[in-house]
Amino acid sequence: MEALGQINVIDLKDDNPQPAQKIWKHKHILDLDDFTPSEIDLVMQTTDAMHEILSRPIKKVPTLRGKTVVTLFYEASTRTRSSFELAAKNLSADISNLTVSSSSVTKGESLIDTLETMEALGADIIVMRHPNSGAPNLASKHVKASIINAGDGWHAHPTQALLDMYTMLKYKNSIKNLKVTIIGDIIHSRVAHSNIWSLTKMGADVTICAPSTLLPKGMDNPQPYFPKVNVTTDINKAMKDADVVMGLRLQLERQQSGLLPSIREYARLYQITEERLSKADKDVIVMHPGPVNEDVEIASTVAHGDKSVITEQVTNGVAVRMALFYLLAGGSHNE
Amino acid sequence: MNKTMLIKNGRIIDPSQDMDMTGDLLITDGRIKEVAASIKEIPADCNVLDAKGMIVCPGFIDFHCHLRQPGFEEKETIATGSKAAAKGGFTTICCMPNTNPALDNRATIDYIKSASATDACIRVLPIGCITKGRAGKELADMGELAEAGVVAVSDDGSTIADSRIMKQALEYSTIFGLLVGDHCEDVMLSNGGQINEGIIATRLGLRGIPNAAEENIIARDIALAKLTGARIHICHISTHGSVELVRNAKKDGVKITVEVTPHHLTMDEGMVLGFDTNAKVNPPLRTRKDIAALIAGLKDDTIDIIATDHAPHTDNEKLCEFAIAPFGISGFETALGSLMKLVHNGDIEIGLLLSKLTAAPAKIIGSKFGKLGTLEQGAMADITIFDPDAEWKVNVEEFYSRGRNTPLNGEKLKGKVMATIFNGKVVYKDNSVKLGVKA
Repeated sequence: MEALGQINVIDLKDDNPQPAQKIWKHKHILDLDDFTPSEIDLVMQTTDAMHEILSRPIKKVPTLRGKTVVTLFYEASTRTRSSFELAAKNLSADISNLTVSSSSVTKGESLIDTLETMEALGADIIVMRHPNSGAPNLASKHVKASIINAGDGWHAHPTQALLDMYTMLKYKNSIKNLKVTIIGDIIHSRVAHSNIWSLTKMGADVTICAPSTLLPKGMDNPQPYFPKVNVTTDINKAMKDADVVMGLRLQLERQQSGLLPSIREYARLYQITEERLSKADKDVIVMHPGPVNEDVEIASTVAHGDKSVITEQVTNGVAVRMALFYLLAGGSHNE
Repeated sequence: MNKTMLIKNGRIIDPSQDMDMTGDLLITDGRIKEVAASIKEIPADCNVLDAKGMIVCPGFIDFHCHLRQPGFEEKETIATGSKAAAKGGFTTICCMPNTNPALDNRATIDYIKSASATDACIRVLPIGCITKGRAGKELADMGELAEAGVVAVSDDGSTIADSRIMKQALEYSTIFGLLVGDHCEDVMLSNGGQINEGIIATRLGLRGIPNAAEENIIARDIALAKLTGARIHICHISTHGSVELVRNAKKDGVKITVEVTPHHLTMDEGMVLGFDTNAKVNPPLRTRKDIAALIAGLKDDTIDIIATDHAPHTDNEKLCEFAIAPFGISGFETALGSLMKLVHNGDIEIGLLLSKLTAAPAKIIGSKFGKLGTLEQGAMADITIFDPDAEWKVNVEEFYSRGRNTPLNGEKLKGKVMATIFNGKVVYKDNSVKLGVKA
């Protein structure tokens, strides 16, 4: 497989990147439902520039010098947090990390209070992960800092979806008409939700596939509230001619709450296997937001096979997050 | 106190008498003295209110509200709640027992009655619990509650999950002819759900509450009412399937009455977009299809009454992540303006709307508390005067209620209460209304 990488690179030495400022309208990154195709394009192009920085021997530019980034995580996530942290450090930001145990997310401990404290401490950008859907939306209404949603409940995970798209573009010419199949626990997946928004905005042909208990509701007639996608419980149908196959992490508690008879049955019926993958396009790429339950939602041979781009997703995550920091900081650097 | 008053030139609508005429209404000694096209013989020192262009009707009756006292006075009190209700045109309100302590015995009912006598500007009728502490386990002393003067019994926000207890409660209620109200929610199905199950829940990543959570319990309650012959009252119906269940039960002769809220009649699930916790309510706002069925249910009397389910909460309680915000909308002060939308849109007739707010709830309450919901001669002078065409903007800063939790803040409504008269006394008056004294 050959990387394309034929995207317009924004020159970071240009002090006045007008096009970026004209296109980019976001103070916060909460979800991709309000992103325009041009904004998504801009993120992709900016990510390319960041990717170039990451390939340098010294991976550091002064874009965010003097800016403070705070990561505020109400759910443990070493991977996502590290990715944001590295991205911020590569751009020379000061960074502070705060973890709040999810058990203390109760009434009486106000999210707003915590955010106001962060702001008083000088946070310019707050990267937030929270178990409750909409928490970053609430935050964005009450602080002056920019909020980046690093995953909220079942709602959205915009930076993951953007890095997924960037990864797809490394292998595919265009998102338009790309056949993307997402398989797994769709209803509880913020990754799936954000991917559905970004992919459909860019013209992909999206299929979601899951046991009916894990499919989102209202998908027979979703518009104008949600994009129209193909919905199926038949994994073989979902696999057919797919250009991209994306697995999702299956939480073991889904079995305990009666949504699945057993993890074994799920794996038997919905695991992404070599055999099922053979029905996809010959150049199919396999993705997964991680962490992977090997041999549950995806066969380990596939996760580590030559069609898998899972590790590359992680690398691209840093570049995408650098791009988003850069764009939020005004699309210019701070020398 | 001057209790003589003439309301002149209003459009007088009284559904209890099929009355719709333009004319005058005279109040003496707190009671309706006369309604006529023109009243010439006017007592001296009579207050005169010119109601030209306005509708004059019996005071609204709200069969379902939350006054939060005792226990949650930061959300509302009998004083603030009754004032807000009067501003909304209500002269009789029935308060739910989900207070702390819950209203499950004579002492707590006596407390509501005495606090209302001193603090409330309108009539407050308490609803007692079905079970002790609203715990759904043991029946409350219903005989004592009936004697103490409850208007009905209900465990309010908590459905009696145990069908055997519900059956026994219904059987027992027949001794006293007490109406049993049920909040119909199968909590195994709603399962911590936040909003209507459907595309908005999908978009926002929130757990949905399926229609069946309500319909399941309504179907059960219908079966139990049929079995026991008791009177059952379904609180805040919200789905098209529920309307169909009740329609059939009524055809079957089941003693069932049903209420619907202004918000379920006028707002759909889209109101929660943007994670607006002020639109978080239980049962949740549903779909356009459900709204159409609710309106049809009002028209064919499947749905008996409109009740606000006024559920005040503090700003702070609603200023949080959607999943931990409490359910409820502050409803007294926007009820009429919201409902008039249905009239202005041509969905329902004004007479039908007023019937659902006056004569129909009075019929459910019965004669125990006097003649309510009518402008008949001799009835207590509980009167609402409103301008059906006055446009105004909802501003929670101007609310009398402590609960400013409404998704309608900033919205324009058409239809405004101009004066509320309770027992012949003006308990609320819009600034634009002038009371003259006849020379």
